[in-house]
Amino acid sequence: MSRVPNPAPAAVGDIAGGAWALELKDLRKNFGKTEIIRGVDLAVRAGERIAVIGPNGAGKSTLFNLISGRLAPTSGEVRLAGRRIDGLRPYEINRLGLSRSFQITNIFPKLSVFENLRCGVLWSLGYRYTFLRFLSRLDDANARAEELMRQVGLEPKHDVLAMNLTYAEQRALEIGVTIAGGAGVILLDEPTAGMSKTETAHFIALIKEVTVGRTLLTVEHDMGVVFGLADKIAVVVYGEVIAFDTPAAVRANPRVQEAYLGSAVADAQGGH
Amino acid sequence: MNTLASGTARPTGYRYGVKPFNATRVLTWGLFALALAVAPLVFRSSLALTMLSQIGYLIIICLSYNMLLGQGGMLSFGHAVYTGLGSFIAIHTMNLAAKGSLPVPLVLIPLVGGLGGMFFAILFGYVSTKKSGTTFAMITLGLGELVASMALMFPTFFGGEGGITTNRVYGTPFLGIPSLTFGPQIQVYYLIAAYCFVCTALMYAFTATPLGRMLNAVRDNPERVEFIGYNTQRVRYTAFIIAGFFAGIGGGLATINFEIVNAADSLNGIRSGGYLLFTFLGGATYFFGPIIGAVLLVFASILLSELTKAWLLYLGLIFLFMVMFAPGGVASLIMTNLRVARFGRFGPFWALYAGLAVTGALTAAGAAALVEMIYHRQLNAALGPELHFLGLSLDTSSATSWVLAAALLAVGGFLLEQVRRRFVRAWGHAQEQIEAEIQRRLRHRGGADAGVAP
Amino acid sequence: MNVEFFAISLLNGVSYGLLLFMLSSGLTLIFSMMGVLNFAHTSFYMLGAYLAYTISGLVGFWPALVLAPLIVFVLGAAFERYSLRRVHKFGHVPELLITFGLSYLILEIVQLLWGRSTVPYGLPTQLQGPLFTLYGTQFPKSRSFIMLLALLMLGAVWLLLTRTRVGLVIQAALKHPEMVEALGHNVPRVFMLVFGGGAALAALAGVIGGNTYVTEPAMAASVGSIIFVVVVVGGMGSLAGAFLASLLIGIVQTFAVAMDQSLATGLQALGVAVTEQTPGYELLKLTISQVAPILPYLLLVLILIFRPKGLLGTRED
Repeated sequence: MSRVPNPAPAAVGDIAGGAWALELKDLRKNFGKTEIIRGVDLAVRAGERIAVIGPNGAGKSTLFNLISGRLAPTSGEVRLAGRRIDGLRPYEINRLGLSRSFQITNIFPKLSVFENLRCGVLWSLGYRYTFLRFLSRLDDANARAEELMRQVGLEPKHDVLAMNLTYAEQRALEIGVTIAGGAGVILLDEPTAGMSKTETAHFIALIKEVTVGRTLLTVEHDMGVVFGLADKIAVVVYGEVIAFDTPAAVRANPRVQEAYLGSAVADAQGGH
Repeated sequence: MNTLASGTARPTGYRYGVKPFNATRVLTWGLFALALAVAPLVFRSSLALTMLSQIGYLIIICLSYNMLLGQGGMLSFGHAVYTGLGSFIAIHTMNLAAKGSLPVPLVLIPLVGGLGGMFFAILFGYVSTKKSGTTFAMITLGLGELVASMALMFPTFFGGEGGITTNRVYGTPFLGIPSLTFGPQIQVYYLIAAYCFVCTALMYAFTATPLGRMLNAVRDNPERVEFIGYNTQRVRYTAFIIAGFFAGIGGGLATINFEIVNAADSLNGIRSGGYLLFTFLGGATYFFGPIIGAVLLVFASILLSELTKAWLLYLGLIFLFMVMFAPGGVASLIMTNLRVARFGRFGPFWALYAGLAVTGALTAAGAAALVEMIYHRQLNAALGPELHFLGLSLDTSSATSWVLAAALLAVGGFLLEQVRRRFVRAWGHAQEQIEAEIQRRLRHRGGADAGVAP
Repeated sequence: MNVEFFAISLLNGVSYGLLLFMLSSGLTLIFSMMGVLNFAHTSFYMLGAYLAYTISGLVGFWPALVLAPLIVFVLGAAFERYSLRRVHKFGHVPELLITFGLSYLILEIVQLLWGRSTVPYGLPTQLQGPLFTLYGTQFPKSRSFIMLLALLMLGAVWLLLTRTRVGLVIQAALKHPEMVEALGHNVPRVFMLVFGGGAALAALAGVIGGNTYVTEPAMAASVGSIIFVVVVVGGMGSLAGAFLASLLIGIVQTFAVAMDQSLATGLQALGVAVTEQTPGYELLKLTISQVAPILPYLLLVLILIFRPKGLLGTRED
């Protein structure tokens, strides 16, 4: 079986004039009669770093699920580099250049760190369902997996089974698997959940490093992280985006202050 | 250690590059080939030859089953469909070849069986792999019953109650040598052994391919697989087809061995259950587990069944206890104990294992005595109340025998539980110490061979 | 096909379907509650029949109707407590495997204690004979009793789950076991009771199914695969789906067994000659009654192709 290399995923500057890296148009999702996502419009440029914030239950994870194909929208559009992806299966969306991580660590527990990362790169390097080649001979896959291990700082633990890593290490592995395929648009769902202050700071530096040149959307609760990392912030409340602007503008937005930030802003300003 | 997780070896110098001839690997496979070649010379009786022949193709079948269970996390209750249909395709081909309409030499018949198994796996696998987990298991059960029931409806293909017979001596002898007709059992054994070696090697190689690894990933986290670009169902379906191919080869070899295929025997749920039970007993988490399972299957069905009428009951009990206490099967028992020994912590376990063995034997003796006595009253009532058990004479009509057996069971069971608790404590302690050692080595070396935790 | 045949077959089909439902409902309940598909469910059915046979011999049928399910309840709860619970942490596959092992074990124990042939478990005098005669064919009291029992059972279970405190705790424990445990309820004990309850329901079906139909070691396996088809066709975890699928399969099978038409007779009615030389004759001459045993499995395959969620499926596996 000959290799079929993937078309290069959307990268900075690659997009035809005016097209957004990721675009949501009047996206809606109902569960039964309950409207969870109530008409979300969002347009993200290539290379931008967007933080998605909002109170618990606002629908942030649901939004990510809709974009990444885990859920199908009730109505509305999701466009990746101009191409509609709503209603597609997750693997189809991933092949088009969008990848995501999960709030609850979602890796392959009985595979080693190296194997986890190697699985993440296989499709993007063109290895399909082949059983006629040995993994140990796939030099590009092995090299890329090694490089990823170094990037996420897990090289000393290359042979350790994923289920035996510490929590922070598993989160790092999760990021590694997410970026492994070289997707241009990365969705990170609460990447620093459950981490201490020092771990978080370290982790954010890691995220910045590994997502250079890619479009990043991340759900976050830690305001310090948000204001330090993001180019723009999208504020989601009750299934709607009530503000989408630079951090300074969002901080000053009265609607946002009223609905959500309030004292959290003061904390971030004071303690940051 | 965990051969399912790492298909790569790391000889000095290369980390993940091409494996040169790795000494351990060559030794293991060499010993395997040697064992296959030499076994009938060491065990010379015709019973031994029968058993070895059956072990040979059952290894292929159980390994193919473990491709689904151990590697893919797919619990199938209908694997006999693919071995059985492979058998039928093989036997019809043999009969056609004997008549001269299809010139297929006997040595290629297992491949024909394999293609048969693969064909039906393509057909049924599409529907089966649409779902996963428990639903998949139920579907395979239903499909198994479907095919088994259909057998009665198509007597020309399935041969009705009597099955289809054949003669494996047909056409020209192998390689033109007049004595190699495959009539004698020893020649059939070597044919089986050759296929066994090649198929085992192929299935092992599969675990080191991208599809093999993605199959493991699907087992571990089917949802995540979709988010790294792979269609989970397609991975499962492809693996299902490959497993069906090897299952069919096993079925074809069985056909050559017995020269008869009967739908009632070959396709039913009991046979599927047998493959499941013994693959699991052998150990689904290690590649070589099913090989042990195949050996156990033949020993149980040929020797144990001669020893006692209650063998299925004992088997059920052993299976139950295995699931509860050692879900990794015999293979994991071996490997985890080797691991403890490797870290030098096996000391306390000599006495503990001895204790388990003694108390276990007492309990088993008491239970077995009761079971045998009940069976004796049930089935052999005409033979009178006396029963020979382990060299003693038990009288089913007297209360003494019953009371003694029950007492033995109770006392043995109580003691067994005491030893077991002590064992579990010691085992947990040893695991902790090993963990600490591993962490220490990781910190110390920060790199090479830190040991793989289970 | 006349009205008489239609009416009687319909009644027979419905009563058989309700028996199937008695069994599949217990299975669905356990699956919904605990995520465990109890492979040994129909083994409890068989155990109920055999126990009822022995107890009937000692004290009569009506006490057996109560005692046999009770004994099986205790056995089921004990199994959950000492075996199944230990295996929860290993995942769903070992859970299924252990119930598979249990089914094996129960089969062997039944054969050990009661022998390998059919036992003469007969109907009590109150249930013998016809309840009414329809168009000259009798409809037996025993089958009507099955229908009555099935509906009563369904009603009782529904009431228990929705109207009592125990039922509410069970429903909550289904969705959020940790939270319910944090609130002070003994969730493991709830699971034990639910498992025992499911087993008891199966045994109850066995008490009445065993003497209406047949009591033999093969009864667990023969109805077992059909029950699993019912559950998958109805939609895993859906009680209403199980009801629909049970009736559907019960009625279809009962009708099919009595119909002797085949594709060949159909073609011949249209004027097409079908002889032994016609290609595919073996397939064409199969009568519907010969095909009846595989109809449930064909339905399974069709549902999986065209409507994989099942008729009324709610839960993704």
